[in-house]
Amino acid sequence: MPSDRASKEESRTVVECHSVVKSFGSVHVLRSVDLEVRESEVLCILGPSGAGKSTLLRCINHLEGIDGGWIKVTDQIIGYELRGNKLHELSERAVRRQRGLCGMVFQHFNLFPHFTALQNVMLGPVEILKQPRGEVEARSRLLLDRVGLASKVSVYPSQLSGGQQQRVAIARALAMNPRVLLFDEPTSALDPEVVGEVLRVMLELAEEGRTMIVVTHEVGFAREAADRVAFMFDGRITEIGPARAVLEKPSEARTAEFLSHVLV
Amino acid sequence: MRSHDGTGAQKGRSGSTSLIAGGAPPYEPASAGGRASTYEIVRRKHPWRFAAAIVVLLLLALLLYGAANAHQLHWSVTGHYLFNRAVLVGVLRTLEITAAAMMLGLALGVIFGIMRSSHNPVLRGVAWLYVWAFRGTPIILQLFLWFNLALIFPRIDIPGIAHGTTVNIITPFLAALLGFGINEGAYMSEIIRGGLLSVPPGQTEAALSLGASHAWTTRRIVLPQAFRVILPAIGNDTLQMLKLTSLAAFISFNELFGTTESIYYANSEVIELLLVAGAWYLVASSVLSVVQYYVERKFGRGFQRGRQQALVERVVLRAMARLRTRAV
Ligand SMILES: Nc1ncnc2c1ncn2[C@@H]1O[C@H](COP(=O)(O)OP(=O)(O)OP(=O)(O)O)[C@@H](O)[C@H]1O
Ligand SMILES: [Mg+2]
Repeated sequence: MPSDRASKEESRTVVECHSVVKSFGSVHVLRSVDLEVRESEVLCILGPSGAGKSTLLRCINHLEGIDGGWIKVTDQIIGYELRGNKLHELSERAVRRQRGLCGMVFQHFNLFPHFTALQNVMLGPVEILKQPRGEVEARSRLLLDRVGLASKVSVYPSQLSGGQQQRVAIARALAMNPRVLLFDEPTSALDPEVVGEVLRVMLELAEEGRTMIVVTHEVGFAREAADRVAFMFDGRITEIGPARAVLEKPSEARTAEFLSHVLV
Repeated sequence: MRSHDGTGAQKGRSGSTSLIAGGAPPYEPASAGGRASTYEIVRRKHPWRFAAAIVVLLLLALLLYGAANAHQLHWSVTGHYLFNRAVLVGVLRTLEITAAAMMLGLALGVIFGIMRSSHNPVLRGVAWLYVWAFRGTPIILQLFLWFNLALIFPRIDIPGIAHGTTVNIITPFLAALLGFGINEGAYMSEIIRGGLLSVPPGQTEAALSLGASHAWTTRRIVLPQAFRVILPAIGNDTLQMLKLTSLAAFISFNELFGTTESIYYANSEVIELLLVAGAWYLVASSVLSVVQYYVERKFGRGFQRGRQQALVERVVLRAMARLRTRAV
């Protein structure tokens, strides 16, 4: 429960977006997004399709470059380097190192089909971070155990249900020891009966104090796990505040209307 | 009445397809209605299939009879040359040039296929040009070009690789290798590009989000998955290359076809020796087909194709895993 956790007023900022602008050609996807996420805070982002929620997450991980403003994760500006008063694009190598700050969980899991569950989890730490195999394996087994898949270590993704695949994907993200977890509609591609098992894992992560940004349509999850909820419309964050307050008494008409659609 | 209807429906079905012929009546529990618990299944007869088979077999028999009794055709000569030393050397050379050309083609195909999928417009453009030029001209022309390279470049000086007169360096084998390999590379690059495109972009994205480099992502994530799609096409190209190499005879590389040709120039037993070459090509392509079948079965089929194939998948995936566990 968010209320059970220590107050985060004094804890430090992990993710900070400042006037972030992004467009694809003539399509303005992000029009000045400002956002601050503090250590061990859970922020849920809600909003209609096309609002730019995925794009925002992808920018935070520098899977997309931005056209204006800046994004900081911990104390690093993502993807760019401030020299004088200009932001210069970083080298691929430096970007790669920064990507370790964020762990990403995708709507369609994107597990590697030619590797087993355990290999999927170990691949990053062993081959990308060059950590010792033995250690990584032990840690990966623990992670799979934590997401309830201890019995599936040597199974391939195609033999797992959607919910199981998504839990492996969460373990894979955790294995990289990220400072913040980014979830992009992690349950949208799942059959209704397995949504719960994934949300339960996410709730546990929230309770143990992980910093998380979760794009979701699961209002119930937002109410239960989020410290704050943000609404995104047309490339802007139009409303942000404590979960209960925003979900129950939205101050914006658009938010209220959106919620009335989602909550049917 | 109910059980009668059930039987009727079943008869209708077994009439159109014999697939369910052996099964119990599908719509009724065996004891329903108090009638017989099993019914005899009468398969539909196919008299025309039988007639067509007879006709075709007769025609085939006539053809074989004609061939066997063609007095101009000296079967003994064919038999004699089948295991002639020169012919066997020719077979070996055909296999050599096929393997070498496919290897060069594969290497070039991977390089240019990746270039064509690159974000860099210059790399993409150069790769496009390569495919355009070598797919757009006849292979025989390309062979003659390489073979006659000396006409425009009398000497070759590539530091560390080759020095000397072009005539000495570009042997018939090398000309054939360059001709077939570079031509194959153009086709192969398209095959590989298709394979790369078949891998969902989410795979690359997931790898990048883990902090992987583009090179690592291509090598460990994209290419292994693309391979499944690429493999059958490589098999087909190899089979085609096997026969295509006969063109090397025209640039005086004595592979199987060229060897038999030079024998019949001497003894005039043309058809007999062509049959010798044909027999060997058939043997080689049959062997390759079998190899292709097993390789494809091992790597290609059933991957991620619906739940019914879970067993096949498991076998395929285990096999792939065994090849990969060493790395992870
Ligand atoms: N690579 C791209 N090229 C061009 N346009 C893009 C690209 N990615 C996203 N867009 C556009 O940007 C807009 C926002 O997309 P985004 O995926 O961020 O929305 P979203 O809020 O995540 O929506 P959804 O709920 O459907 O996932 C859309 O109009 C989309 O068409
Ligand atoms: Mg989205």
